[in-house]
Amino acid sequence: MSSRHLAVQVKLVRRTATPSPFTLDIGLEVPSGITILFGPSGAGKSTLLDCIAGLLRPDAGRIAVGEDALFDSDRRVDLPPQRRRTAYVFQSLALFPNMTVEENVAYGVSNVREQERSVRIGELLQAFRIENLRARNPEEISGGEKQRVALARSLVTLPRVLLLDEPLTGLDSELKASIVGDLRAWNTAQKIPILYVTHSRDEVGALGERVVVLDHGRIVSEGDPHEILAAPRSKRLALAVGFENLVDATVLELRETDGVMRVRLADSASEIEVPLGYAAPNDRVNVAIRAGDILLATQRPAGLSARNILEGKLVSLEQRGGVIVARVEAGVTLTVHVTASAARALELTVGSSIWIVVKTHSCHLVSD
Amino acid sequence: MEALLLSIRLAVCVSAILFVIGLPLAYWLAYSKWRGKFLVESVVALPLVLPPTVLGFYVLVAMGTRGPLGKFWQATFGHGLAFTFSGLVAASVLYSLPFAVQPLAASFESIDRKLLDASAVLGASALRTLRRVILPMSIPGVITALVLSFAHTLGEFGVVLMVGGNLPGATRTVSIDIYDHVQSLEYAEANRMALLLLVFSFVVLSVVYGINRRIARRIWSPWPK
Repeated sequence: MSSRHLAVQVKLVRRTATPSPFTLDIGLEVPSGITILFGPSGAGKSTLLDCIAGLLRPDAGRIAVGEDALFDSDRRVDLPPQRRRTAYVFQSLALFPNMTVEENVAYGVSNVREQERSVRIGELLQAFRIENLRARNPEEISGGEKQRVALARSLVTLPRVLLLDEPLTGLDSELKASIVGDLRAWNTAQKIPILYVTHSRDEVGALGERVVVLDHGRIVSEGDPHEILAAPRSKRLALAVGFENLVDATVLELRETDGVMRVRLADSASEIEVPLGYAAPNDRVNVAIRAGDILLATQRPAGLSARNILEGKLVSLEQRGGVIVARVEAGVTLTVHVTASAARALELTVGSSIWIVVKTHSCHLVSD
Repeated sequence: MEALLLSIRLAVCVSAILFVIGLPLAYWLAYSKWRGKFLVESVVALPLVLPPTVLGFYVLVAMGTRGPLGKFWQATFGHGLAFTFSGLVAASVLYSLPFAVQPLAASFESIDRKLLDASAVLGASALRTLRRVILPMSIPGVITALVLSFAHTLGEFGVVLMVGGNLPGATRTVSIDIYDHVQSLEYAEANRMALLLLVFSFVVLSVVYGINRRIARRIWSPWPK
């Protein structure tokens, strides 16, 4: 790992948090490149960034870039934000409304020699394609342009770490991709660690080389974005990454040799097979299933490898964007996504009998 | 006329001093996280609710030859403070303090904290943040503070009477002058001065608020558009 990576070890208790005290307890290494910090709102993502930037003081821990400590409770090191050389782009962007775009970008380099300063400002304006906006005021430019200005302003200081707190919310994915592309291009030369906070699963999939998942102030999982999205570990996380079906179930029987267990859905008579988890018979577990991972059949299917086939009744059909959202009552109500053409071919009608099919490994056990 | 000029001189001095004192005080009130801050806020607001005679009485006692302020002044400048123009300035500064501090503090508080955080993260000291971000965004508050201190000092009566007395050219301000004329049944004289003060106050306020509006709109508007 590069010597300029960001190492964070922080503990912080906020007793004033509502409804209950909030504890942040994080140990994290951020290499150069984009690392996504993902989690539901209230997970502690922004609090963590505030600690790194020096806007919030952790109760204990150590924050360092390479060998340089920014904060170290054991050695009583606590650099003020001004001396940390971390760049921070807030969700609100916080552009100075009383300055032009160029003055905003120049704000952080007032102590740099005139010649170098104008070179750097020029480079950043160019890198983020905002040269033509130099003389404008922040209120006169578009949302995407503001985000470019905020990035340029924070990077002109040649920071050692870049912290981004949902800076690109509200942009369409094309614009987002273009801005992130410019950021990546800039960072191929600088190679600094970038922590990118988001609660949108689309951004996790699209942006990060690495994702760190936070919940209740702790890291609950980290690794490859696509794996994390495919198999969330907790109920809140499953909801956050977009699992439409979260059902509680009671464990009936463990089949260790097959690596599966049978569970009963909620209080119904419906039983399904799910991957084996740390559970004992009669335990309550949460099963998360994506609406797109469930198949519909108008007749009882036979000769399938899928183990879970339940009979139910179609209670509603609704077109949402390109998909048809079907709600099926099969002991519990499940949401199923099918394409419009499939819905037509099956001649789905509300009230009719229907079979649903779910593969065992499309059922994910998640904790509370 | 002498009285009006004296009043204006007093109001200018007091506004200038109040700006210098009020700025750091308002900054502290807006951004301090000290839990006992409300006590200081109450002290600053006292002149709003106290009868001018009460404030004037205590100031007079403090300025008297046996009071702490009076002794200090006597030792430093060789003359007393009570019943002088300087004494009048000191008393008026106290009396108009909330009119300078409150608009400043309110406008500092209304600035988005994220802007201050952004400034700090970009390496700016507290002083630079004040100069480049807080003050430029508080121009309406600054103007309001100056105008209110000026206008409030111009119109004060009770404190002046208690602390300054009625010495022509030194402490006889326009409001005292009017009172004198009324006491002597010189209604025409009183009316002339009163009308002058009324017109002058109105013109000053209109000009300043007009400028304030325009500047605020050009730089940054705190009012909904």
